[in-house]
Amino acid sequence: MSQKPCIGVNVPRVDAWDKATGTAQYTDDLSLPGMLHGALKRSPLPHARIRAIDTSRARALPGVKAVITSADLPRVRYGNWRFSPNTQDEYALAVDKVRFVGDPVAAVAAVDRDTAIEALDLIQVDFEELPGLFDLDAAMAEGAPRIHEETAGNVSVTREIDYGDLAAGFARADYVRDDVYLMPPVSHAYLEPCSSLAQADSLGRITLWTSTQTPYIVQCLLASVLGLRENEVRVIKPYVGGGFGGKMELRSWDVCAAFLARLLGKPVKFTQTRDEEICAGRRRHPMRLRSRVGFTKDGLLLAKELIVHLDGGAYNSMGPTATFLVGNLGAMLYRYPAYRYRGFHVYTNNPPAGAMRGFGAPQAFFVAEGQMNEASADLGIDPIDIRLKNAMHPGDKIRGFATIGSCAFTECLERVAEMSEWRRQRREMRPGRGIGVGCYSFVTGGNFNWFDTKYPFSAAEVRAYADGAVHLLTMAADIGQGSDTVLQQILAEDLGLRLADVTLYAADTSLSPKGDLGTWASRVTFMVGNAILDATRQIKEELFKVVALKFDTNVVHSFECKDGMVRVKGRPEKAVPFGEAVAMVQSLRRGEPLIARGSYTPRDMGLVAPTYSFGAQVAEVEVDRDTGRVRVTRIHTAHDCGRPLNPQAVEGQVEGCVQMGLGYALTEELVMRQGRTLNASFLDYKIPGALDMPGIDSVCVGGPEPKGPFGAKESGEGPVSPTAPAIAEAVWHATGYRARRLPITAEQVLRHLETNPTANDDRRVKP
Amino acid sequence: MPHVIRLQVNGDRYEVAIEPWRTLNEVLREDLGLTGTKHGCGQGDCGACTVLLDGRSVLSCLTLAVSADGGDVRTVEGLAQGRERLHPIQEAFIAGGAIQCGYCTPGMEISALHLLRRRPRPTEAEIRAGLAGNLCRCTGYAKIVAAIQAASARMSDEPG
Repeated sequence: MSQKPCIGVNVPRVDAWDKATGTAQYTDDLSLPGMLHGALKRSPLPHARIRAIDTSRARALPGVKAVITSADLPRVRYGNWRFSPNTQDEYALAVDKVRFVGDPVAAVAAVDRDTAIEALDLIQVDFEELPGLFDLDAAMAEGAPRIHEETAGNVSVTREIDYGDLAAGFARADYVRDDVYLMPPVSHAYLEPCSSLAQADSLGRITLWTSTQTPYIVQCLLASVLGLRENEVRVIKPYVGGGFGGKMELRSWDVCAAFLARLLGKPVKFTQTRDEEICAGRRRHPMRLRSRVGFTKDGLLLAKELIVHLDGGAYNSMGPTATFLVGNLGAMLYRYPAYRYRGFHVYTNNPPAGAMRGFGAPQAFFVAEGQMNEASADLGIDPIDIRLKNAMHPGDKIRGFATIGSCAFTECLERVAEMSEWRRQRREMRPGRGIGVGCYSFVTGGNFNWFDTKYPFSAAEVRAYADGAVHLLTMAADIGQGSDTVLQQILAEDLGLRLADVTLYAADTSLSPKGDLGTWASRVTFMVGNAILDATRQIKEELFKVVALKFDTNVVHSFECKDGMVRVKGRPEKAVPFGEAVAMVQSLRRGEPLIARGSYTPRDMGLVAPTYSFGAQVAEVEVDRDTGRVRVTRIHTAHDCGRPLNPQAVEGQVEGCVQMGLGYALTEELVMRQGRTLNASFLDYKIPGALDMPGIDSVCVGGPEPKGPFGAKESGEGPVSPTAPAIAEAVWHATGYRARRLPITAEQVLRHLETNPTANDDRRVKP
Repeated sequence: MPHVIRLQVNGDRYEVAIEPWRTLNEVLREDLGLTGTKHGCGQGDCGACTVLLDGRSVLSCLTLAVSADGGDVRTVEGLAQGRERLHPIQEAFIAGGAIQCGYCTPGMEISALHLLRRRPRPTEAEIRAGLAGNLCRCTGYAKIVAAIQAASARMSDEPG
């Protein structure tokens, strides 16, 4: 009997039952006998020297088991960019000075959370306040105080890209735009606050359960900070309640939990509050982007110069990658014959920014798409047409760093125009309503080894058993995106099994095959999927041998794993059930089980990524002319993610991206004053709710990506970028207001409407 | 000074001695081991901690446990009747792809139950209004709304 395919179909998530019934355990749900509760004392000042810390009163509080400061910890700095040790600038607890409001200064372990929190107030820190630097210009000003002693000028990372003849391009241009855009800091706002639980054994070896996207990175860096060997630290990722890039580093509470567990011989758990998450968690980089772009009068791109200053906050975190990516992405999507990029990562006394979904892309594309829309209006060319003229195509090369593989960008533009009835709506929309387009591209995995891993980028171990069951072991970290499901789909499909035949054991560094760099850059389906196919290829080779032997097959025949059988292709009667074939292999090996390890590392694929996603999105809005309030009424997306392996899951990613992009466009901004985050709750930091969301229709466009497992490429991050520029264009179409900063608030729109009462009404006749 | 309170949770009776400042969320999660109910913000904004108390939907992170003394609580753990018999809301969430990270799911399901008890056949707008106090960062709500529509159709066919 033939089985249903496992690929290209809507398989329900393998973890859905656990999550629907409340059975799924996240880190804060775990507790161990004798467990202590930790809490962090954080700096109330943005920049200050620590003269002294008095912990005596806190230590004297009944129930407090230990209070630690940097004096107790080994002086080891850490950071994700192990490739460049000079970028590793963070201590678990501040040494000598604090650099942002929320910088951890001391940690407490106590019998319960209330006691730990009470103890925090009893720790007395004698600070000498230093001048704070809160904006880019102040931080880069001549003679500005140094935030890190070793970094003069407070610029910690720079990046340059140059190709083509920029001067000649601009000299030929009929039309040049030169704009400055300001992008706000925003929060990941994952629903699960970070938590970690550490336990030490009698030799001081550590087991750490932590809400992370990158168990291997946490393992390595934690070992280095504690002076342990990498393999004396075991990191286990329980269920994780969303990450979006915000949980991909070793964090202060991981170190403190592990250190205190070793010190006290008891398990210690730290869980962050929402206030800590919003004020002192990572955030999307605020940026100032100046972009100069030249076109011919027919709308052909000739040259682009992009100068970006990233407000990295107090530490580098993933800033080096952001500085790198925003420049790379600035050259994506369209054919820029000449390009110049300068990126500057600037230290300030704001809370540190880190990786966040679509890393660098929402900023880069808000600018690129905004300018494309403005050029379209000024040149009198329809926004979709001007994009079609400049769109990237398969096989395009960006000198020095990327080759475009599969690319259905043109088809995406055509499709989204059809779905939204673009041409009619653009012409006929009545005043107060608008329609706009935004586009995107994103990496499918990263090629650059910034972590300096000594292992393959991803690995999978497949264990086939004589009872027909198969185990998949991997370090891949499902943080909600659904990778546990799609990886099992890939394995089951390639071995001709049912999903129920596969059991997954993931993200436990003591059991999972080394290595894997974790969940970021939309890499998991592609890279771990390819590692699985490397393992199943080896498994099948062994199985095919025994089937060949059993049926004494002619040498011209080939074999397949299908419908639960291992069989001769085209000879369905010559077949052995999968488990029996495994038993035969095992018997020939005198009992040794059939286990294969596969791996994947991108090589010779440029500096950035093995392949790229593309897409286009159209937003329809209504603007209330009395209040300036923007309501998004419909979003259409056409997305080239290669072959969707689980269409329902891909759709879920697109819908989630739209929500995050809509918040970025209209409501989300961490409001800062002198380094303090003023809106530290979900009441004041507004992520879109169910009532704020428009109807969303999305389609997948394009064919399979040859390098991807079963043709798949990226789908979880790219679609977060187009929503803001599409909405901004629709707002312009409705009102004439051009947003060059986000979010687009009702105040801005209203101010524009008040000074331009008939704005937009004459724009309708133009394209 | 601890207070002794009595709770009925998902049909089971408990008597616990607690400090008066502890929340229903803490007592459910820490004293009763019912960790299905989540704690997303502790400020009453995200809805991940939603439970039913005497049939009303409440935020357990803002409800003092002593104020629930004598009350009847229903949490996500009380929705299914055994492993094989999930509640129609749970089945719809699973089949409809309404779950991603899952952290908002218990609160969403309880809010859905609360809504469907009051309005067995809600419109889409009523569903969205019913979820206004529950934040999700993964799904964009589209599949959650569709799942509640599907559950509503199922539940009007059979008593839930």
